Amino acid sequence: MKVKMLSRNPDNYVRETKLDLQRVPRNYDPALHPFEVPREYVRALNATKLERVFAKPFLASLDGHRDGVNCLAKHPENLATVLSGACDGEVRIWNLTQRNCIRTIQAHEGFVRGICTRFCGTSFFTVGDDKTVKQWKMDGPGYGDEEEPLHTILGKTVYTGIDHHWKEAVFATCGQQVDIWDEQRTNPICSMTWGFDSISSVKFNPIETFLLGSCASDRNIVLYDMRQATPLKKVILDMRTNTICWNPMEAFIFTAANEDYNLYTFDMRALDTPVMVHMDHVSAVLDVDYSPTGKEFVSASFDKSIRIFPVDKSRSREVYHTKRMQHVICVKWTSDSKYIMCGSDEMNIRLWKANASEKLGVLTSREKAAKDYNQKLKEKFQHYPHIKRIARHRHLPKSIYSQIQEQRIMKEARRRKEVNRIKHSKPGSVPIVSEKKKHVVAVVK
Amino acid sequence: MNVNQVAENLALSHQEELVDLPKNYPLSENEDEGDSDGERKHQKLLEAISSLDGKNRRKLAERSEASLKVSEFNVSSEGSGEKLVLADLLEPVKTSSSLATVKKQLSRVKSKKTVELPLNKEEIERIHREVAFNKTAQVLSKWDPVVLKNRQAEQLVFPLEKEEPAIAPIEHVLSGWKARTPLEQEIFNLLHKNKQPVTDPLLTPVEKASLRAMSLEEAKMRRAELQRARALQSYYEAKARREKKIKSKKYHKVVKKGKAKKALKEFEQLRKVNPAAALEELEKIEKARMMERMSLKHQNSGKWAKSKAIMAKYDLEARQAMQEQLSKNKELTQKLQVASESEEEEGGTEDVEELLVPDVVNEVQMNADGPNPWMLRSCTSDTKEAATQEDPEQLPELEAHGVSESEGEERPMAEEEILLREFEERRSLRKRSELSQDAEPAGSQETIDSGSQEVLSELRVLSQKLKENHQSRKQKASSEGTIPQVQREEPAPEEEEPLLLQRPERVQTLEELEELGKEECFQNKELPRPVLEEQQSERTPNNRPDAPKEKKKKEQMIDLQNLLTTQSPSVKSLAVPTIEELEDEEERNHRQMIKEAFAGDDVIRDFLKEKREAVEASKPKDVDLTLPGWGEWGGVGLKPSAKKRRRFLIKAPEGPPRKDKNLPNVIISEKRNIHAAAHQVQVLPYPFTHHRQFERTIQTPIGSTWNTQRAFQKLTTPKVVTKPGHIIKPIKAEDVGYQSSSRSDLPVIQRNPKRITTRHNKEEKL
Repeated sequence: MKVKMLSRNPDNYVRETKLDLQRVPRNYDPALHPFEVPREYVRALNATKLERVFAKPFLASLDGHRDGVNCLAKHPENLATVLSGACDGEVRIWNLTQRNCIRTIQAHEGFVRGICTRFCGTSFFTVGDDKTVKQWKMDGPGYGDEEEPLHTILGKTVYTGIDHHWKEAVFATCGQQVDIWDEQRTNPICSMTWGFDSISSVKFNPIETFLLGSCASDRNIVLYDMRQATPLKKVILDMRTNTICWNPMEAFIFTAANEDYNLYTFDMRALDTPVMVHMDHVSAVLDVDYSPTGKEFVSASFDKSIRIFPVDKSRSREVYHTKRMQHVICVKWTSDSKYIMCGSDEMNIRLWKANASEKLGVLTSREKAAKDYNQKLKEKFQHYPHIKRIARHRHLPKSIYSQIQEQRIMKEARRRKEVNRIKHSKPGSVPIVSEKKKHVVAVVK
Repeated sequence: MNVNQVAENLALSHQEELVDLPKNYPLSENEDEGDSDGERKHQKLLEAISSLDGKNRRKLAERSEASLKVSEFNVSSEGSGEKLVLADLLEPVKTSSSLATVKKQLSRVKSKKTVELPLNKEEIERIHREVAFNKTAQVLSKWDPVVLKNRQAEQLVFPLEKEEPAIAPIEHVLSGWKARTPLEQEIFNLLHKNKQPVTDPLLTPVEKASLRAMSLEEAKMRRAELQRARALQSYYEAKARREKKIKSKKYHKVVKKGKAKKALKEFEQLRKVNPAAALEELEKIEKARMMERMSLKHQNSGKWAKSKAIMAKYDLEARQAMQEQLSKNKELTQKLQVASESEEEEGGTEDVEELLVPDVVNEVQMNADGPNPWMLRSCTSDTKEAATQEDPEQLPELEAHGVSESEGEERPMAEEEILLREFEERRSLRKRSELSQDAEPAGSQETIDSGSQEVLSELRVLSQKLKENHQSRKQKASSEGTIPQVQREEPAPEEEEPLLLQRPERVQTLEELEELGKEECFQNKELPRPVLEEQQSERTPNNRPDAPKEKKKKEQMIDLQNLLTTQSPSVKSLAVPTIEELEDEEERNHRQMIKEAFAGDDVIRDFLKEKREAVEASKPKDVDLTLPGWGEWGGVGLKPSAKKRRRFLIKAPEGPPRKDKNLPNVIISEKRNIHAAAHQVQVLPYPFTHHRQFERTIQTPIGSTWNTQRAFQKLTTPKVVTKPGHIIKPIKAEDVGYQSSSRSDLPVIQRNPKRITTRHNKEEKL
């Protein structure tokens, strides 16, 4: 007769090493674990609070420039290397891991207007107020050698911006017109103009690399096609756009940083309505840069703060500021999407975490699981009033805070006036214009 | 209009007038001021009036009436019906050949169509831009599905391009790798010298050569051979496995015996042929025994033994197994020399036999050797359990041995007693099932005499007392073979008790402990037996109410079983009512206890009261607006009249039915909790279209408390995953499976300056 016995397999309860966790047999019967919603709510609340507790985004300040930092550039191959150009014509190369300056070049007389790296990371280009375009080697000169540019191009007018092509040995400058240069030649291969105003910045599309976008001081954003050597379309906004940035994951999306405190995300195929208007700044937005994941972007403003916006949200999810940080002129999101750098008027470059409460360094699997769970809980309960309040709470400098209040009042007054006008006029005679359309003056073909 | 008029006039006028034409160009003005004849004016007026009806307005425009008269200031077409042809204008007064060329040219010009005005530059650029934009938009629209997919993706892992683990074939690695260190070089030299395969490590060149050398037939034969060998091996393995699975102990015993015999035979053979080898073999066997002896395998310290020790209290088989093990231990730890001493003369062969077949041979020897209660006990149990025909000589032998102990008075008294007791007790246990056993002692007694003679000769110690005891007992046993065992045992404990007290160190095994307990039981048992004898069961001590508690515990297992099996017959017996009464009493006691414990509170009534109060409180109240003393006498003790009260009483409307109306055990409060409300969502959040949707997402828990590990992981996957320290490059066409444009992004002008000009021309024609 075969005797049936209770069998206990040690594999089911004995851990392999003493470093393993003890295996705990679980019973998932819902009757044994009641109150799931209240319990998870409390967990979400705690997670949200902890997120605020651990939100310490500021990592380091790189000082050394003797004038305001005017432009920044990332190294395409090396995460630790950053280049910056200052208003006194000095270019510095920084090492982020050591947090020090590894090289200093007196590149131009006057401002360094623009700086960009070659796609391979072997050299970089600068343009300055002295009407020159200079190409530099990324590696420093040998001991005792002079710091000399590889090439220098002397132009007729001042160049205000530069950007390098993502794949080929071609770069574009802007000033009076958009010039496209071959690296080997001293004359531009083609120049494109549309109107006669000075162009403040030009950017290559990182995906469809023949596309260019530029913004000029006559309030317009112009798109160019390099292959056909022709401008494509022009959109005129309410106020001047300072710079634009293309989304690195979505070929036709770009975001423009505008003087009217807003940022506009456009689909370049439909310029008459921006996809999203991002509002939160209280002064002119000076620079914008996308996260390499294409899900968020960071903007630098004259109001001495930087803000992080989700691409599909009109309000920012994060604002960074310090007492000492003055008008932020340039901002960059590092290529591993973990950090943000900003250069400001008071000669410092600051390094921030992109996710304020994120723990740096290697996480154990348990930590990772807890982090993911907390994140999901926060998402799940984000609409609950207490959680929303805690998650949204940010400390702001008094100037920004009062500005926000003031602008809220102004906006409300404007809205009320408009409502009143609609109410007291013949129905249909006053058109209702959506917020998105309000800021676009015209689209020129 | 003006131009037309000029043309008309021009056609009608004479040649000389043509010369003046530039001068007369503003015709209408000339008309107005030049001629002062009122007649014409009058005419004009008339015509204007006549054309008021709207019929003939066009005529007015011709204004040809003035040229009825030819004036030198005016050109008129009126009058002459013919039109001026260009050739007429050129015709000179007299034809001259010099004008022929001009004529020709003119005709050529006339045959050609006029060229349209070219579009201005801005217009052209606009068209260019539009075309280029449309083209670009088309190019970009291929990204639509990719972008959409990425936006809706559950999870995005960056960097997008997967780094494939580079698994290069070993040849490539080796070709790229060079031995640098001296050690590496040495190794390489060696390998190359021996022509060891570096890349394909399966066969050396030598092996390959040999393989090639083997003929086909040979190879086939070899293969067949290998196959056969493999098949045989597998058969053998299967057989071994099968045999190993057989559980029968008998079978294994037989097999073992067979093997031993075979070994012995072989050994004999070996001794004859090669004595030296035989000696070696012998040593080997001896060594194996020694090892076994040293290994303490059969001590009761193992896991199995411990578990058995616990079980032994209740389980007969376990007890026996333990005994067996103990005996084995004894046997193994016994010095072999003692046994072999008596048979030294027989030589090495005997020794070997003993070693190989220890179970059978050694037992007897050791029994004969000295007092070894463990051994004996195991022997008896063994034989009884087996009770087979296969080793018939064993049983009588042992029986004889047991009796020989009792008969021969050489043993120390206590040991003998214990052994006997154990023997008998075991028999008593067996008795329940085997009724036919009664005959056994009688049968065995006969064999005893024959077998015991030998044993007796060896044993020389006697004790008078013991002898007497045994004799008396034996007589009893033989005479009262059919009497129940319990009865037979009666005298034993009385005698044994002092003896047991003398040797407390003996009480080591559980068996003996049990024994002690039982002895007491048996003592107590004597009283109620007459009552229970009718039932033919031996469970009386358990159910007796006045029995000591310890004993109850000891026998609990049996007790339960007995109760189950013998419930129906026990109904009639006298003892039963007492038991039932007892149960009743217990229950009553229990109830009483509960009552006492909860004497103070009547929970149900309290709850009902509470509920009533809650219902009352939640009911809307009537409003009484009567004012005492208003319109009538008032004062102490005076009440407003019923009519007035009825009039001013505002009845509250009946509220909606309570939710707990039909739930007697529940109070549902329908008040809104403001403290909870602060934590609740007031408006439906954006992506949800119905509140139920939102509630469902909230109600499904995602924590590991409610989900399995796998589900938990799935539920908490982050939307965007990035690797720290990895550069995320912009998305590329290759990443998503598109062909990236092979064309260079360089401007068209630079690559192909001609093309752009041709296209310009085409567009101009459009």
